Amino acid sequence: MKFTIALFSPAHSPASRRALRFAEAVLANAHSIERIFFYREGVYNASHATVFPQDELDIAEAWTTFVKQHDLDAVVCISAALRRGLLDCNESQRYSRETITVKAPWQLSGLGQLHEAVQQSDRLVCFGDS
Amino acid sequence: MAKSMLIISRQAPWAGMSAREALDAALAGGAFDLPIALLFMEDGVFQLTSSQQPSRLEQKDTSANLQALSLFGIEHLYASKVSLIERGMETHALHLPVKVLTSEEIRSLLRTYDLVVTL
Repeated sequence: MKFTIALFSPAHSPASRRALRFAEAVLANAHSIERIFFYREGVYNASHATVFPQDELDIAEAWTTFVKQHDLDAVVCISAALRRGLLDCNESQRYSRETITVKAPWQLSGLGQLHEAVQQSDRLVCFGDS
Repeated sequence: MAKSMLIISRQAPWAGMSAREALDAALAGGAFDLPIALLFMEDGVFQLTSSQQPSRLEQKDTSANLQALSLFGIEHLYASKVSLIERGMETHALHLPVKVLTSEEIRSLLRTYDLVVTL
């Protein structure tokens, strides 16, 4: 079965960990992931600038490792990202900011990417608060 | 055939970005001609009150986005009757042509969509 996984809560929320464990279980059970999509506060999961204490799970890093390891399509909603200070190289230049907080494997793109993925998937599973 | 999606919007327009981001998600789907519907529940029904003055909170008006829904082909708009009553809101004073549903009708509605997303 093909899944799209959407996450709406930040890295420090239980929802982020649950979404990651769910995504891992999807692949472990021979299903596939069409796209991972971060929206609303979920965009914080793609932040390169998050620092966790050494004895805590670095969930942002765990997401990055997971996406890279399985070469997944991982999209962060660009409008939600910009207003929360999440910028990749292009956006940082475009808006003359000094920082880059989003790097590969995450791609900033539009909400259409969520709808497109959903249409290609058997299931959309959302995590996080409304 | 395209999968249908019901987006449930549960936050007031002045309670952060939630209402606007739920609307954005609906409009983005509408732009792709997808069958999208919106259900306003709980504080989300406050988005339907007319004569709001968001500028007094230094915020932007979401009513323009709400009016854009029909332009994007999003005609199926619903509101929870219970949520409206709890907030003392009159059905005839709403500024969008929503269909007001009882809790039982909402339960049936949820079953008719391929996807349900709460934003």
